[in-house]
Amino acid sequence: MTKQANFKFTRRDLLKGGGALVVTFGMPGWAVAATQDGGSLSKPPLMPDQLDSYLSIAADGKVTAYFGKMDMGQGVDTAIAQIVADELDVPFERVGVLMSDTEYTLDQGGASGSTGIRSGAQPLRNAAAEARRVLLDMASEKLGVPAEGLTVTDGIIQAKNQSSRQVKYEELIGGKYFHVNLEWNERLGNALNATGKAKPKTHDQYKVVGKSMPRIDVPGKVFGQTPYVTDIKRPGMWHGRVIRPPVAGARPTGWDQDSISDIPDAKVVRVKDFIGVVAPEEWGAINAARQLKVTWSEVEPPFPEMDDLYDYIRRTPHVEENAGGGFGGRVPVDEGPVNKALEGAARIIEAEYEHPFQSHASMGPACAVVDARSDSATVWTGSQKAHKTREGVAKLLELPVEKVRGIWVPGPGSYGRNDAGDAAMDAAVLSQAIGRPVRVQGMRHEGHGWDPKGPASVITLRAGLDAAGNVIAHRFQAKGFSAWDVRSNEASPSDTLAGLLVGWPKNTRHNYGTPSESYDFPTKLHFWRTIPPFLETASPLRTAHFRDPQGPQVHFASESFIDEIAAAVGQDPVEFRLKYLTDPRDIAVVEAAAKAAGWETRTSPRRDRQSGDVLTGRGIAYASRGGTTVATVAEVEVNRQSGRVWAKRFVVAHDCGLIINPDGLKRTVEGNIIQALSRALKEEVQFDRNNVTSIDWLSYPILDSTEAPESIEVVQINRPEIAPTGAGEPSTRQVAAAVANAIFDATGARIRRVPFTPERVKASLA
Amino acid sequence: MATKERISLNVNNKSYDLEVDPNMPLLYALRNELDVTGPKFGCGLAQCGACTVIVDGRAMRSCMTSVRSTQGRQIRTIEGLGTPENPHPVQKAFIEEAVPQCGYCISGWLMTSVALLEENPRRSDAEIRQSLSSLKCRCGTHMSILRAVNRAAKAMA
Repeated sequence: MTKQANFKFTRRDLLKGGGALVVTFGMPGWAVAATQDGGSLSKPPLMPDQLDSYLSIAADGKVTAYFGKMDMGQGVDTAIAQIVADELDVPFERVGVLMSDTEYTLDQGGASGSTGIRSGAQPLRNAAAEARRVLLDMASEKLGVPAEGLTVTDGIIQAKNQSSRQVKYEELIGGKYFHVNLEWNERLGNALNATGKAKPKTHDQYKVVGKSMPRIDVPGKVFGQTPYVTDIKRPGMWHGRVIRPPVAGARPTGWDQDSISDIPDAKVVRVKDFIGVVAPEEWGAINAARQLKVTWSEVEPPFPEMDDLYDYIRRTPHVEENAGGGFGGRVPVDEGPVNKALEGAARIIEAEYEHPFQSHASMGPACAVVDARSDSATVWTGSQKAHKTREGVAKLLELPVEKVRGIWVPGPGSYGRNDAGDAAMDAAVLSQAIGRPVRVQGMRHEGHGWDPKGPASVITLRAGLDAAGNVIAHRFQAKGFSAWDVRSNEASPSDTLAGLLVGWPKNTRHNYGTPSESYDFPTKLHFWRTIPPFLETASPLRTAHFRDPQGPQVHFASESFIDEIAAAVGQDPVEFRLKYLTDPRDIAVVEAAAKAAGWETRTSPRRDRQSGDVLTGRGIAYASRGGTTVATVAEVEVNRQSGRVWAKRFVVAHDCGLIINPDGLKRTVEGNIIQALSRALKEEVQFDRNNVTSIDWLSYPILDSTEAPESIEVVQINRPEIAPTGAGEPSTRQVAAAVANAIFDATGARIRRVPFTPERVKASLA
Repeated sequence: MATKERISLNVNNKSYDLEVDPNMPLLYALRNELDVTGPKFGCGLAQCGACTVIVDGRAMRSCMTSVRSTQGRQIRTIEGLGTPENPHPVQKAFIEEAVPQCGYCISGWLMTSVALLEENPRRSDAEIRQSLSSLKCRCGTHMSILRAVNRAAKAMA
């Protein structure tokens, strides 16, 4: 079998913990020596303009890349190792990647917007290229050969014309710091970049990039050796649980200490509206949380009836609007031109699409360990953005940010702003209160019930056609809850449950999204409107980024509507798209997906009469995202008796520029498709007037193995000349529309509300 | 909470004596008393399978199984399956298919698959899908899982 060669940091080392790097991470090489010797080899400050901030070469030749982002199993760290290996000319197996420990990595923005490679790799690539250049200079001096006369293979520098004259990287720098300055762009987060004098390689020089190298993290996970945040243990650590109110927005007014008197050493911690329990043992904390009798303030039920959700969105006055898309600048909404064009149309097509709240529903309720001392703190977190977690904890504990260390440890997968950041704040409050390290992990009902939700929305589309059936006007309006009721990170306690409960002010900002496509419709207006959150305090229906923020909602609507127009003018859905698409890469993915799927050119719904209970159909949807473009064909079976939909086959054409690791890309896309399919077919956060009632996997079901497709084929369009643009999210947004379009093709029924449950599908067939 | 009692467990062929609440789920004994942290807390409701261990050859949800009820029985966890040098066939297949993404659920899928295939490796894809249907994976690695379990089934048959 494949033996995993990339070195990694073992669970035992991590669990043992300790102040020094050598103990915490069992990290081999020079950094350890430098830490221990403390002086003879001075470490430059962890600054973006220092080559040493990005990589090191140990005495044994191992290379460590310091990466200020994280990976949740899509292979970003593996890709970084590939990129560094190629730039440095060292074997892939010799490169390890240390991710998101604020003590050793820069703030590269954490995991965010599928930028792991697109943005995150850039400074590491430049630093590796610069390190190679510096090493060649050092070798030149040592060997007495001009740098141009040297070549590097597997970290060994040789004279081109005299191979016996050679020196290894580690003989030049092993265990030492480079002390080389880079040109830093003065930015932090995703935008951070730094360049050296060296020019990175061109794509034709890559040897490891572009190959399906085995993912670094897989063996540790399969042998149960990977440390997760839930597995962290600290000396003297207690366990905590936070008590959430039965009616959202209610404040604790008192509690009955006797109700937990049978639990050894259990204590209640109350700070303003925050109430939790701690106990030396986890089982004790769990029981204390279950048993503690808390009295709560009387509050008005904060939510509408669930059946009223979409009308509530329609009738609630918006507080902000923007025609500038989700992440662009603010563009005023001017309805004049599009309305005028619509007035002049021979025919108007209109439709409205509804999308519910959806839960991250991570596999484990969020967990964090915080050791808050009087003058410093350490946070072990599964958050995608440990640097931001550190900032938030520092503010909450009123400590200088440099006195707080954030250490990312793998957690249950997150797909945006899930509940990980909340757990860190909960643990910080509890740890500070009792003066011990505290580990917090929620129970399942808190994971589903209180994690940040993907926002619900109603999207209205209107198209105007001329007499010949050409689209002359296209109007897209999204109205819903903001994606930024909770920001995409926890750098401010205001964006966390605990922060709000201990008195930080609510900090809702407004954002939604519009379609990302290149259709040439002569007059186009795409804009969004947002309404205020239900609650101005900690809320189980707070909304935030959830994988491909607003992509699924927006493109379910926009790409379903494209098919509605195509059907109205009697055109094949692929042909219709190709008629209006302008970007050659968009055209290429649509053509590639159709070709690979064996797409039969005809209108939808299919005209031939199908016998039996099972109807089959096919649909396509396309959308781009941040430079990546994707077209997806879905083939479905619809049971007209039960209403059950099985998406049997997907064909995805995916163009994200240069492909770093084809196998990693395939699996990442498969994960996107399955998760998005689950959201399209099954996921809807249930609530009543008081609280969220989707509190477990029965009340919030997700796709299971019997419902998984028979096949997902990924057509990878590699464009080596185009810098990589990311794959973590872009193939999420087409899925709901592709499936809805396939259901329409099979049955003639148009589904305009997610999820496509059997009841809903059956009702639409009636 | 009940008073603590002495409980003897056999985990991965090692014996342990513990002083714990006998009603406490096995999961917490494994994770917190024995530092066997491969099984994960996912739901505490036996709905997701992240905590699955094998007890006397059968896959069981350790989050809903009292530690008392597992006394004197053979408990296997992911840590007791195989090693990188000598992997269990199911682990080998999971590595070849690079199954886990976040990996939080993977111990449960592995243990359930091991119990299924050790009982009888001659399983069709439909049987495998059905037998694994009560497990959850939020990253959506279902396709890799199914490829891996089918591959392991062939290897073990």
